[in-house]
Amino acid sequence: MTAAVLAVAVLATGTYAMRLAGVLLADRFTPPGWLRRLLPLAAVALLAGLAVTAALTEAGRSAGVARPAGVLVGVILAGRRQPFAVVVLAAAGTAAGLRLLGLP
Amino acid sequence: MRTLSRTLSRTIDAGLLRDTGALAAAAVLIGVSFGAIAVAAGLPGWLAVGMSVLVFAGGAQFLAVGLLAAGNPVAAALGGLLINARHVPFGLALAADRSNPSVLGRRWWTRLLGSHLMVDESVAFAIAQADPVQRRRAYWLTGGALLLAWNGGTLLGVLLGGAVSDPGRLGLDAAFPAGLLALLWPSLRDPVARRVALVGAAVALLATPLLPAGAPVLLALAGLVAAAPVPTRRARGAGPA
Repeated sequence: MTAAVLAVAVLATGTYAMRLAGVLLADRFTPPGWLRRLLPLAAVALLAGLAVTAALTEAGRSAGVARPAGVLVGVILAGRRQPFAVVVLAAAGTAAGLRLLGLP
Repeated sequence: MRTLSRTLSRTIDAGLLRDTGALAAAAVLIGVSFGAIAVAAGLPGWLAVGMSVLVFAGGAQFLAVGLLAAGNPVAAALGGLLINARHVPFGLALAADRSNPSVLGRRWWTRLLGSHLMVDESVAFAIAQADPVQRRRAYWLTGGALLLAWNGGTLLGVLLGGAVSDPGRLGLDAAFPAGLLALLWPSLRDPVARRVALVGAAVALLATPLLPAGAPVLLALAGLVAAAPVPTRRARGAGPA
């Protein structure tokens, strides 16, 4: 119990410190132009890596069929400029539907 | 009423509000499942809610609860921190953007508060906006709505308990990546960003079976090699900041 509280405290403090660290660093030192151009691309790379691993894997293994299929439907709709709500609902609905049919 | 909605739509455009609403609704449901799972794993309800308020990062929280339930608090803290390390480059990207108005504001307290609202969705939505005013609105609106939705959801999940502990049944595990990609979509119209995203995602995916959770996502930074050839300093001069 105490250990769990301590773990959460460390995680919370460390997470906030990391959120703040990048901001303070960029406030102190004006990054050169090439780096400023690269930083939004770094965010894009990280977010794409996060989204794709979350879409296709679970605990280091394949996430099965239903989740990737749901995400694919969502991405197709996003590509057709459908509203965000439609994208998210279609992705969740597809995954939930396929699971109802017994797919992993 | 009409005047009010007209005034509102002048300050915050309707599309932004609608997108944020959809995002918040999904976050409530995922928050509910987090709260329920945390309590089912033996965490006291107040600790689950406290975690959502103070950590405010879904992936790290789910991982930490799983590892706490497995009796490994050290791994829970370190694993969660590894997953959240991506916030350092996020903060750099937001604060290094010198356009006016700045995303996080100029006063110290808006920067402290704004830093806590730094989550994947608020960053993705913000960097997808071309206009600095829109960028700031997207960031604060998304971050604020998610903070409320995520914590409200967690509280609800703690109270409801086991009734909703399986996010898979509602397909919510597909909603998060699909939503994130949809937020990222406008950024990917730029061919360089698209190459960077593809290479980054491929590297992260290949590393996933080999490395602990969180590390593969950091390796996605390797996607930046796809940004080369960077325009030479002399050839292009100072681009738009």
